[in-house]
Amino acid sequence: MNRLSLSQAFIFLLRRDLTLVFRNRGELANPLLFFVMVITLFPLAIGAIPELLARIAPGIIWVAALLAAMLSLDSVFRSDFEDGSLEQLLLSAHPMPVLVLAKVCAHWLVTGLPLLLMAPVLAEMLGMASEAQGILLLTILIGTPVLSLIGSIGVALTIGLRKGGIILSLLVLPLYVPVLIFAASAIDGAGAGFDVSPQINMLLAFLFLSVSLSPWATSAALKMSMS
Amino acid sequence: MSDATLLQINNLSCIRDDRVLFEHLSLSLAGGQMLLVEGHNGSGKTSLLRILTGLKLADEGDILWNGVSITKLTADYYEQINYVGHHDGVKRELTCLENLRLVQAMGKPADMDLDDALEAVNLYRYGDTPVSNLSAGQKRRLALARLLVAESTLWILDEPFTSLDKKSMASFETMFEQHLQNQGMIVMTSHHQIDMPESNLLRLDLSA
Repeated sequence: MNRLSLSQAFIFLLRRDLTLVFRNRGELANPLLFFVMVITLFPLAIGAIPELLARIAPGIIWVAALLAAMLSLDSVFRSDFEDGSLEQLLLSAHPMPVLVLAKVCAHWLVTGLPLLLMAPVLAEMLGMASEAQGILLLTILIGTPVLSLIGSIGVALTIGLRKGGIILSLLVLPLYVPVLIFAASAIDGAGAGFDVSPQINMLLAFLFLSVSLSPWATSAALKMSMS
Repeated sequence: MSDATLLQINNLSCIRDDRVLFEHLSLSLAGGQMLLVEGHNGSGKTSLLRILTGLKLADEGDILWNGVSITKLTADYYEQINYVGHHDGVKRELTCLENLRLVQAMGKPADMDLDDALEAVNLYRYGDTPVSNLSAGQKRRLALARLLVAESTLWILDEPFTSLDKKSMASFETMFEQHLQNQGMIVMTSHHQIDMPESNLLRLDLSA
């Protein structure tokens, strides 16, 4: 029998991770539930002032998405680290960055994609202007993969530490800030009727940069953490 | 596998927390030979094995595979080895067959059928059983089944017989002998008495 080609190995690992999450469904709901809860609590706390809510909606949704992404980060490599599967992946004959990318893709599909699907409902609830809603979805579509990709580097660096949680947040949060700024600014601009292509282009640049660089950084960090 | 296959350990040293685990360790292992690493707890057996896999870097010295340093070979070397460590490296949520399929997908699949491999490790009826329902010994046997389904020359085994009963130990020893006869190599640690021919067995005592 022959070795799987690289793309087959990528798809195999992606499917394995999705199967694992599917058999552990509680994990799937966690970040989404957090996202929805934070956003629904805002109108209750601030009061039902439609203008105010519509004004701060982009910020609330993006901050909640960012925190939800961060909350779920640890699960990218944690269980594989604990049961020894990560060692075996590092010793795989396939290049590690590709395997890392498969795992991060799977992670985004189960944590980022649900946020994207839920966002229109929440935007409508907060009374966001309809012209801004399309841009909101676009920024989430482009931005959340960046969060997963950057976050995976942080997780890889801290996976060997017993109390890595706090260091992970300190490490990753500053890197998330540019995404937050450009995304929120794009939504604001769209609401005010401006052309927001510069912000979207910046977000796309972040995405391409992190897709091409972060898998390498993550696999190097994993190798370091495992030794 | 040719006769030329050779693993060389060259002047290897490992230091952990200012404590020298071993230093200036040199030896070589050829096809058909087995290295049994012995020593008390904390003497560096696992460290040596992890250095041999390339997961851990040695503080000094290097490992050569057919004359080339394994830090240069990376993926070409990983294709030649099979490592079973302290952790079983199997996913609890997946079934036995799914786990073995993953092993094949990530490595170089051997000709052996997955069902035959399960039968060889005495887990034939457990193909569709989730690993979380297996006992510790059964999980260990499944972890060792990776040796059969992924083709490799060098087996690096850290305490492979943990939680195994006498009968399974004997059957794995037969499997190891078979591998050595096919010019394979084995490096392993074990607290259990190994019942294998001494002729091609090298012993390394790290506590000395």
